[in-house]
Amino acid sequence: MSTHSKKLFPVEPPRSGLLAELWQEQLRNNHISKQALKKLADKHQLSDIETEGVASFYHFFHQQPAGKHTIYLNNSIISELRGYERIRETFERETGAHMNSVDPTGSFGLFQTPCIGLSDQEPAALIDFLPFTNLNALKVKEIIQKLKQGKTAAEIYDTPLDNIRFTPANDHSIFFAPYSAGEAIKKLNNLSSEAVIEQLRISGLAGRGGAFFPTWKKWDTCRQYESPAKFIVCNADEGEPGTFKDRVLLNNQPGSVLEGMILAGYTVGAAYGIVYLRGEYRWLLSKLETEIELFHTLGLLGKNIGGITGFNFDIRVEIGAGAYVCGEETALLESLEGKRGEPRTKWFYPVEKGYLQLPTVVNNVETFAAVARLIQMGSFDYLKRGIPGSAGTKLISISGDCQRPGIYEIEWGMTVAELLDLCGAEDPYFIQVSGPSGECISVREKYRRISMLDLMAQKDIRCGGSFMIFSSKRDLVHILMNFSEFFKHESCGVCTPCRAGNFIIQRKLERLQNELADMNDLKELRNWGTIMKTTSRCGLGKTASNSILQSLEKFQDYFTARFAGTDNSTYRKFDHHAAVEEYERYKP
Amino acid sequence: MATCTFWIDGKQYQAEEGMNLVDAAKENGVFIPSLCYFKHIDPPLGTCRTCTCKINGRHDPACTAFVKEGLKVEVNTPELLDMRKALIEMMFAEGNHFCPACEKSGNCDLQHMGYELGISTSRFPHLFKDRLIDYQPKRMIMEHNRCIKCRRCVEEVFTKDGKRVFMYINRGNETQVGIDYGQEAKLSEQEAENAMKLCPTGAIIVRGKSLSQPFGDRKFDLESTQQHFRHTITEKPKVANFEKKTIATVSLAGCFGCHMSLLDIDTDLLDIVELVSFNKSPLTDIKNFTQRCHLGLVEGGCCNDENIETLKKFREMCDILVVMGECAVWGGLPAMRNTIPLGECLEEAYLNSVTSEKGENTVPYHEDLPKILDRVYACNEIVKVDYTIPGCPPSANHIWKVVHGLLWGEDYSLLYSEFKYD
Ligand SMILES: Cc1cc2nc3c(=O)[nH]c(=O)nc-3n(C[C@H](O)[C@H](O)[C@H](O)COP(=O)(O)O)c2cc1C
Ligand code: SF4
Ligand code: SF4
Ligand code: SF4
Ligand code: FES
Repeated sequence: MSTHSKKLFPVEPPRSGLLAELWQEQLRNNHISKQALKKLADKHQLSDIETEGVASFYHFFHQQPAGKHTIYLNNSIISELRGYERIRETFERETGAHMNSVDPTGSFGLFQTPCIGLSDQEPAALIDFLPFTNLNALKVKEIIQKLKQGKTAAEIYDTPLDNIRFTPANDHSIFFAPYSAGEAIKKLNNLSSEAVIEQLRISGLAGRGGAFFPTWKKWDTCRQYESPAKFIVCNADEGEPGTFKDRVLLNNQPGSVLEGMILAGYTVGAAYGIVYLRGEYRWLLSKLETEIELFHTLGLLGKNIGGITGFNFDIRVEIGAGAYVCGEETALLESLEGKRGEPRTKWFYPVEKGYLQLPTVVNNVETFAAVARLIQMGSFDYLKRGIPGSAGTKLISISGDCQRPGIYEIEWGMTVAELLDLCGAEDPYFIQVSGPSGECISVREKYRRISMLDLMAQKDIRCGGSFMIFSSKRDLVHILMNFSEFFKHESCGVCTPCRAGNFIIQRKLERLQNELADMNDLKELRNWGTIMKTTSRCGLGKTASNSILQSLEKFQDYFTARFAGTDNSTYRKFDHHAAVEEYERYKP
Repeated sequence: MATCTFWIDGKQYQAEEGMNLVDAAKENGVFIPSLCYFKHIDPPLGTCRTCTCKINGRHDPACTAFVKEGLKVEVNTPELLDMRKALIEMMFAEGNHFCPACEKSGNCDLQHMGYELGISTSRFPHLFKDRLIDYQPKRMIMEHNRCIKCRRCVEEVFTKDGKRVFMYINRGNETQVGIDYGQEAKLSEQEAENAMKLCPTGAIIVRGKSLSQPFGDRKFDLESTQQHFRHTITEKPKVANFEKKTIATVSLAGCFGCHMSLLDIDTDLLDIVELVSFNKSPLTDIKNFTQRCHLGLVEGGCCNDENIETLKKFREMCDILVVMGECAVWGGLPAMRNTIPLGECLEEAYLNSVTSEKGENTVPYHEDLPKILDRVYACNEIVKVDYTIPGCPPSANHIWKVVHGLLWGEDYSLLYSEFKYD
C-alpha cells in the first residue's frame, strides 16, 4: 500500500512529514517502537517525549504491536443499532483477541474506533485500513478464515457503495451532474479573482463543514494578505459520526473537489494545496492520487494551469491517523505540521496565519465541490436551485432507522417530513441532525425546513450533513451515552471543561442508565452541560453537551416519565448490592 | 502605545491598548482569577479556562484577550463566578488531590484558587482515575495525580539545546504530561527547581528540594487564630428565651482528627457545654440516639455498610446535617484506595503483604463484620447534606463558628486563615 502521494512541497519544513513517517512505521511494523520514535526524534531534533506525544495522540498509531492484521470495529451508535455487540463477539471468538488487544499469536489486533463513515452499510469495520461492510456473524467468520488462510485484506475487502438515493428533479443536481474536468478552470480565462469572489458572494455559498461561514469572505480575506506562500487545505477529515457525504463525493466526484481547490488557489494566490484525508478513508487514497495524476496530464495541475501564465498549483494528500478533533481547522493545521492535533487559541484566523503561520484557506470537501460546480454553471444558474436566500443544494447522509440509508442531495428548503418520507423512516422519534455535536430534534418538529436561513436555527434547520434517525423503540439515554463516550475519547485533552467535563458528564449518564438518577440529577446535567458549552476552548467542547441539553428540553416527557416521582431529597439512591458485590466474593 | 478606555462590570478603566486583559484588570485593581496564564508565554495557553469572562458579549478567557478602546468586560456576575468555581471544582474532581499529604500545600496556586473562590466541596463526582507517580526521572518526581494540564511546563522548560523536557501524551481523558528522562537529566539544579516553581500545583517535585518549605510553614499558619474564639463561639446567643441545643457527632471512615479538632478549643469547651449538650457521640460514649437532635456533625465518608446505616440514622435523627472534613466531604485520605479495585486492596493487605505467610491468611469476612464497599463514598452520595466544612482537619474555629451560627441562625464570618483544605 502506498503511504502518501507526494513528497512535501519545497516550502514545507521536514517536520511536516512526521505524520507520514509515523504512518510508514505503523504500516510496516504494525506498531511504532520506542526505537522508531527515538530515531524520528533525532531526525527532527526533538526530544523523545515529543515524538511520543505526537504518536500517542492519534489512535491509529500503536506503541505495542497491533497484530499482523489490525481490525477496527466501528462503535458508533448506528453500528450499535445494527448489531455491534454480536459482531464484536464474533470477531473475538474467531480471532481469539479480546476487544482492544491482540490475540496470543499476534495475528489479529481487535480495536474499536468511532464512526468510520460507513453508516449506510453498518456494521462495518476496517481491516488493515480497508473497508468491510454490512457485516454479520457468518461474514465475519469467513473473513477471518480467509485471512488465516493467508489471503490479504486487499484481496477480499468490500468496495463501499455510494448509495446516492436522491438527487433533485429538473436537472437541479449540483454535485452529481455530469462532470468533465477543467470546465470551471476554463472559465478563469474570463474571470479575475475578484470576479470569482463576486460569484461566490452572489450565490451565498457558505461552508459545508458545519459552521456555514460565507466562503467568499474567507477567500477574500486570505487573498488580501501579502505572503510569499499561501495554502489551500481541503478538510476531508469527516469525523462527525453519521456523516459520510464527503466519502461519497471523494469516491464519486473527486475531480470536482480538486477543481474547487485549484479555483481557490487561483483566487487567493496560493500555489499549494493539501487534502487532509482522514485515516479511516485511506482506501480512497489511490482514487485521489489517480485523479491528481489525471489533472497533471490534463494540464489542470502543475505550471501555467489552463493556459493561464503564472498560475501554478499542485496538490498533495496528507493522511490523518484517527482523531476526530483534527477536523477542527486549527487542529488540522497543527496535525499537518507534524504535531498533536490540538486546536489553537483563536489568536489568529488561518486566513491570516494558518499552516506554518502562512495565510491558509481551509474548506470542507463539499464546499470545494460546490465552488467548482458553481463557477462552471455561473451564479445565475446556481441561484435557480433552493429557495430565496438559501440557494443551492445540500448533501445529507442518512442513517439509522430507515429503509433507504444513503446520500440525499436536497434543494435547500425541503422539510424534515419530506426527507423522512424519502428515506422511508420507520417510526421516527428522535433525529440527530449534523452528528452528535449538532442539533437533536423531535419528530414533532418535522415541519421545519432545512435551509441556511435562520441564523439562530430557531425556525429552519441548518444541516451540516447528516440525519441519524432513531425510532421510538430506541433508548434515549443509551444514545446520549454513546455520544458522551465519543466525546470523552476524542477530546484533545487541552482544556479543563472538555477533558474533565466529558468524563464527568459520562458518570452522570451512568447514573441515569442505572436508574439511580432523580430530577435533581437532570438539573445538574443541564447545569454542567452549560458550563462546558460556555467555557470550552474549541467547537468540540462547546458542542459536546448539545444533544444532552437539547434532549432534556425537547423530550421532557420522556425524562419526566422515567425519572420523576422518584425524587427523594433526603436519601440518595444507592445500589447497595453493587457496592458490596466485590467484597462478597470473599465470603468463605 | 496609546492609552485606551475599557469597561469592567460597568466601571470605566484605563490601560495601555493591546495589554493583556488579565494584567490590565490587575493594574486597575480588578482580580480576574487565572491559573495557566503566565505573563511571558506568548501566545497565552488558554488551557484552564478559569479566567473566563464575558468579553463584548461573548464568553472568552480574559488571558487570551487584549484591551482596546471601548472593550466591555463582565468579570464578577453571579453566572461567571459560579462558572469559575465550577472549573476549579472540576480540577479537584479530575485529579486526586490529597492536600494534607502534598508538598505544595500552602504554596499551591490551585489550592489558593479554591480558597479565593470559597470552594467547600466539588459539585462534581470525583473521578478517582488511577494515575502514576513517576519516580524514574533523575532529579524530579512527576506526580500525575496533581497535574492540571496547564501546559506551562510544556511551553517553558527546555534544555540548553532547545529540546522539550515535558510534553503532553495521549489524548482525551487519558491526556497526561510526559517527562523525557534523558532531557530531564540534562537540566541544571537551578533549571529543575525553576520547573517545580513554575508548576502551579504539586505535580513537579524536585528530589531533596520538596521539603525546603515544609508543610505547615507558611503564612496562614504563622499567626494564631485563637484570639477570635470568645465572642464568636462561646458567647451566649442573644435570644429571648435561651434554650440549650442538642447535637450528635460521629466518626465514620475518618481518623478522628476532626473530633480532635473539635476539642482543640481547650478550656473554651467548658463554655460550650453551657450552650449545647451532646447526645450520640464518641465524646459522651452514648451509642444510640436517645432523642432527636438539632444538629448532627459527621466526620468521615462511608467505606462499609455500617457507615451507611449510621449516616442514614443521623439524617433521620438530626434536623441539620453538617459534614466536616475532607473524608466526609469527598472521601479524603481513605479514598486513596478508590483508584484501585477493592479486590486488589484486600489481597495486598491480607494475602500478599510481606508479613503474611502464603496460604495462612484470609480476607476477614464474618456476618458480624461490616461489609466493605467497592469504594469510599462521600456522605452526600448517600444522604442529603445540609452544610459542608472543608479541611483536613478543619480548624476548631471553623467548625464551632458553623455550629454556633447554624443553631441560633446567626451570621458569622470566616477568616482567610480558618478556611483550609489541610
Ligand atoms: C470538533 C470539530 C470537528 C470538525 N470536523 C470537521 C470535519 O470533519 N470536516 C470539516 O469540513 N469541518 C469540520 N469542522 C469545521 C472546521 O473547523 C472548519 O470550520 C471547516 O473545515 C471550514 O470549512 P467550510 O468553511 O468549508 O465549512 C470541525 C469543527 C470542529 C470544532
Ligand atoms: S474543547 Fe476539547 S477538543 Fe477543544 S481544545 Fe478543549 S479539550 Fe481540546
Ligand atoms: S496542595 Fe495543590 S497540588 Fe497539592 S493536593 Fe492540594 S490542590 Fe493538589
Ligand atoms: S506538571 Fe504542573 S506545570 Fe506541567 S502541566 Fe501539570 S500542572 Fe501544569
Ligand atoms: S488563565 Fe486564562 S485560560 Fe487559564
